[in-house]
Amino acid sequence: MYAQMVKSEGMKSSEEMSPEERAFQDRIDRGEKVEPKEWMPEGYRKTLIRQIGQHAHSEIVGQLPEGNWITRAPTLERKAILLAKVQDEAGHGLYLYSAAETLGVSRDELLEKLHSGAMKYSSIFNYPTLTWADMGAVGWLVDGAAIMNQVPLQRTSYGPYSRAMIRICKEESFHQRQGYAIMMKMARGTPEQKEMAQDALNRFWFPALMMFGPSDKDSVHSAQSMAWKIKMNTNDELRQKFVDETVPQAEYLGLTVPDETLKWNDKRGHYDFAEPDWQEFFEVIKGNGPCNQERLDARRRAWDEGAWFRDGLTAYAGKAAARRAGASVAAE
Amino acid sequence: MSKKEWPLWEIFIRGQHGLNHRHVGSLHAPDAEMAVNNARDVYTRRKEGVSIWVVKSTDITASAPSAKGPLFDPAESKVYRHPTFFDIPDDVGHM
Ligand SMILES: [Fe+2]
Ligand SMILES: [Fe+2]
Ligand SMILES: [Fe+2]
Repeated sequence: MYAQMVKSEGMKSSEEMSPEERAFQDRIDRGEKVEPKEWMPEGYRKTLIRQIGQHAHSEIVGQLPEGNWITRAPTLERKAILLAKVQDEAGHGLYLYSAAETLGVSRDELLEKLHSGAMKYSSIFNYPTLTWADMGAVGWLVDGAAIMNQVPLQRTSYGPYSRAMIRICKEESFHQRQGYAIMMKMARGTPEQKEMAQDALNRFWFPALMMFGPSDKDSVHSAQSMAWKIKMNTNDELRQKFVDETVPQAEYLGLTVPDETLKWNDKRGHYDFAEPDWQEFFEVIKGNGPCNQERLDARRRAWDEGAWFRDGLTAYAGKAAARRAGASVAAE
Repeated sequence: MSKKEWPLWEIFIRGQHGLNHRHVGSLHAPDAEMAVNNARDVYTRRKEGVSIWVVKSTDITASAPSAKGPLFDPAESKVYRHPTFFDIPDDVGHM
């Protein structure tokens, strides 16, 4: 998902836990929220920093593929909508960075780790957006997949994370619907436009399925994260749910999901579908996707070239404060 | 932590006229004025508010989580502070 393959700390049995850890787990089991200054196991704190940080980075880097089309949107209205959508993603990144900071990590530290590659962002944003139809596919599929994961996370055990998720979920549905609206327009347009829509679906289908991460039903890391309620469903559960919801939407558009094995399974009550190419996924995660270099370069450049501006505002704030102090002394 | 990092501000927003300001989150800004400007963009993109307060996070004093018992438990036994504690016969009418 937006946070893929987050390494959690090892799982402890009830007997192995210290009294504090057991009381903590009991609180979580009762559905209580954990707040910043309260005692928490070090592993819970560390795993959350990794997960929320990765999620925040994904929102920020996720602006780039769509930012690519803002100046080339087909109408002024489409441009305003896309701009608003991308601005929302910046907001999502900021909500999540603040949530991570309540765990004792600084904003600069998180950004440094993004820029150095020590922390990751979702694999999906390392794919290029080649045509306007990709703006439709991204909103529909990428935000759609994000919603699958974010809706249950509203109930996560960590208070600041949960509250950030609630804010984000309120805004995501606009993202998915504007994407689907673009797809509807293109799918019902000229044959060339319909072909562009199909091409976008073809390129984004499997990368969207990868967003949920490889199967983790046997992973101890996931088991610990689920016990702590910082992960609410297995990757496979969410992927299945996404496929089940998305296939009828593709049919409505008159588009074909690029999977010949895709078939409704009456017995399971779900679609059977092909797994994405996990080899490709691991390559993208390692930094070898089509746009990894470009994305990181863009982020680093934005940070470096914004330094004079950040410093300028800091200097101004210092001077203004000194002036105010001087004025109040003079008035006395 | 970097010395250059802008301070953190806690953001409070009055959602509608007549309501209290409510904590909605935090953000970094070089000074209070910029914190208000940034809060406008980060927290009220959909007309979520009619007024913004910003407070430097370091200026907030919070009760300790461990003080929860001593601070709040004493109220537990004072159920008579709630109107439902008193049985008033229906004959009396609305009260
Ligand atoms: Fe988002
Ligand atoms: Fe997103
Ligand atoms: Fe989104």
